[in-house]
Amino acid sequence: MSGTAEQTLRAEEMTLNMGPQHPSTHGVLRFVIRADGEVLREAVPDVGYLHRSIEKIAEKVGYHGFMPYTDRVDYVCAMFTNQGWGMACEKLAGIEVPRRGEYCRVIAAEFNRIASHLLTVGVLGMDIGAMTPFLHALREREMINDLIEELCGARLTFNYMRIGGVAWDLPPGWREKALAYLEHLDPILDEYNALISYNKICIQRLANVAPISREDAINYNLAGPNLRACGVKWDVRKDLPYSVYPDFEFDVPIGHGQWGTLGDSMDRYMMRIYEMKESAKILRQALTRMPDGPVLAKVVRNFRPLAGECQVRVESARGDQGWYVVSDGSGYPWRVHVRTGSFAAMGIIQKLSRGLMIADLVVLIASLDVIAPEIDR
Amino acid sequence: MQSWIDSLIAAGDFGKNPPRDLVYALFIFGLSAVVFLGVAFPFAGIVSWVERRVWARIQSRVGPNRVGPNGSLQWLADGLKHVFKEDIIPDEADARLFKLAPYVVVLGFVLPWAVMPFSSALILADLNVGILYFTAITALTVVGVLMAGWASDNKWSLIGGIRSAAQIVSYEIPAGMSIFPVVLITGTLSMQGIIRAQAWEPYHWFLFSNPFCFVAAIVLYMSALAEGNRTPFDLPEAESELVAGFATEYSGMRYLLFFFAEWGNMFIAGALITTLYLGGWQAPRLSSSPVVMNVLELLSFNVKVLFLVFTSMWVRATLPRVRIDQMMSLCWKFFVPVAFINLIGTALWVAIWPGGNPVAGYVMFALGLAIAVLFIRRVMYYLKRSRMEMYLHPTI
Repeated sequence: MSGTAEQTLRAEEMTLNMGPQHPSTHGVLRFVIRADGEVLREAVPDVGYLHRSIEKIAEKVGYHGFMPYTDRVDYVCAMFTNQGWGMACEKLAGIEVPRRGEYCRVIAAEFNRIASHLLTVGVLGMDIGAMTPFLHALREREMINDLIEELCGARLTFNYMRIGGVAWDLPPGWREKALAYLEHLDPILDEYNALISYNKICIQRLANVAPISREDAINYNLAGPNLRACGVKWDVRKDLPYSVYPDFEFDVPIGHGQWGTLGDSMDRYMMRIYEMKESAKILRQALTRMPDGPVLAKVVRNFRPLAGECQVRVESARGDQGWYVVSDGSGYPWRVHVRTGSFAAMGIIQKLSRGLMIADLVVLIASLDVIAPEIDR
Repeated sequence: MQSWIDSLIAAGDFGKNPPRDLVYALFIFGLSAVVFLGVAFPFAGIVSWVERRVWARIQSRVGPNRVGPNGSLQWLADGLKHVFKEDIIPDEADARLFKLAPYVVVLGFVLPWAVMPFSSALILADLNVGILYFTAITALTVVGVLMAGWASDNKWSLIGGIRSAAQIVSYEIPAGMSIFPVVLITGTLSMQGIIRAQAWEPYHWFLFSNPFCFVAAIVLYMSALAEGNRTPFDLPEAESELVAGFATEYSGMRYLLFFFAEWGNMFIAGALITTLYLGGWQAPRLSSSPVVMNVLELLSFNVKVLFLVFTSMWVRATLPRVRIDQMMSLCWKFFVPVAFINLIGTALWVAIWPGGNPVAGYVMFALGLAIAVLFIRRVMYYLKRSRMEMYLHPTI
């Protein structure tokens, strides 16, 4: 449009309300969008629609009682929140988890990571308009849910871990089923890549969309796959090892920007595919090297750690998850805080959204893998 | 038809000296009601069921299988449900336009049936401008969609409506340009005339008549997907971006009408391509009885159209959606130039070989067959690879 036409035609920005009830805001997120037709001027995230005061609840229900609530912090990968809470309490009270218990934790958590990433890549497929990848991904996730159901009786909010280990040992025959599933996963991931990841339209939709530079990623405190997609090699499992992760050999994949720019949506998407393969690697090692012994340390029912504070970090499917717990020596924590990857990812959306199209905003949200309950807690 | 009605009037079936125009109008309305209720709507409904079943198979689900054998009456149940639902008109909406919009969309889907050449005899009106009428009427859809988007007074609807207008108007050009090559070859716009110029053997179809027509048919197919709001071009109702696009505020029967029109448009687009490029109703002359021949022709036409409908379902289940700027640049930077090259190429071809070149037909047919064989082999390869034991035992 030429300058004169712009002066004569009255054009105005549109303020759009995306969410909290919008199909692609992954739960209840809200964005206030200022748009010039299809092009966004800015999208301002508005969080808090799913706030359930989980941190405050911890101060009222005590250490053991809080474990089921941690499932609700991030219900897509609840094993990590379980593990984070367990590790924080153990660190406060100085409890040693039995080795088999640690292995059980790692196995459950890594299966959960695969399940979570499957959901992420599937939902991203649906957000760019392809329904089939979503259902194929959910089909594979369903099998993991079956495995975890056999392990702990629940399919979504697991409540599998306890302070000092895990609630139940692996059921008989479970190991073989889990290994069979891992055999099945690799060809499925290749098939999935053939279906959607390397589809030309998919690459066109994702590559070069909302790239995040290395510096921005660090400044905005991104975590996990979102951070690694920008080329920063940081994985809590490798760099600040916890549990039995030092026992296993696995790579930390980082983005290289081979489809477009470094840190674009395609890099973030592929990061999930790579991480699933790495998780399968860890799982194979863990399942074959499993030691014998108890899975749960002896922990008194009336759990009272000494006064003090601690901070633990877990590499959750949505990134570096920090648990900060302050104890005043009583049976209830004095303060609990969870730092989650999704909350950090929400911060950068406003900056990235400038100049994107509406369809790209959907891709951006999906590729950052934000989960509403984890943002608000 | 007219002489038959005249004889009825002369026999006094409508009383003494009835107003002739009114009797004609009665028959026209009666006939269109039959077409509307007896052919177009059931067809759209059945296509909706088939689509959901095909989708389900591709996505390793079951799909609707409760109502009727294999769920084949699901569309009736859905239709009834929508009829009984409350017809909500938002307070702020432009009520008149809002109510009118679905009917305009449906008009664009029902009127083309008038020139639909089902067989050599089964055609309502063999207009001498059949193709022109066809393209003009199907473009009515965009008016309805734009009306719906504007009248809803919802910004998401508005974006959907505007997207639809941009998309359909743009893709009219490659679609129109891909129709002209056939018109150049046959020198007629009549549907029956175009089909009569072909024969039942595939190498006499216009698809294989020359290389330009082959490309033109593909461009026409893709443009038809775009005009019918089908994936990968389903931007106007992109559910992950625009909630439900132009249909966001609609409920009940009016909502259903939009989707009937969408499913029906798949058939209409398929019929257009079949007529122009796939030999229409042409069937081998196996019998001298006109009734048997007409049934054969009906089968031949419907099999081809349904195959095209099936491929569009397949495409929809496989591909993601393109972005609006990518869709526009695909149209203006790729399809439009290609369509013009096809037009000029065909014009030259017709100038050089006015009676057509039979050798080119055989060669193109062989080429098409080779492409089809390669494609089927590839599909079979993936089918074989993906058939894993685990799917049969979902609980491992």
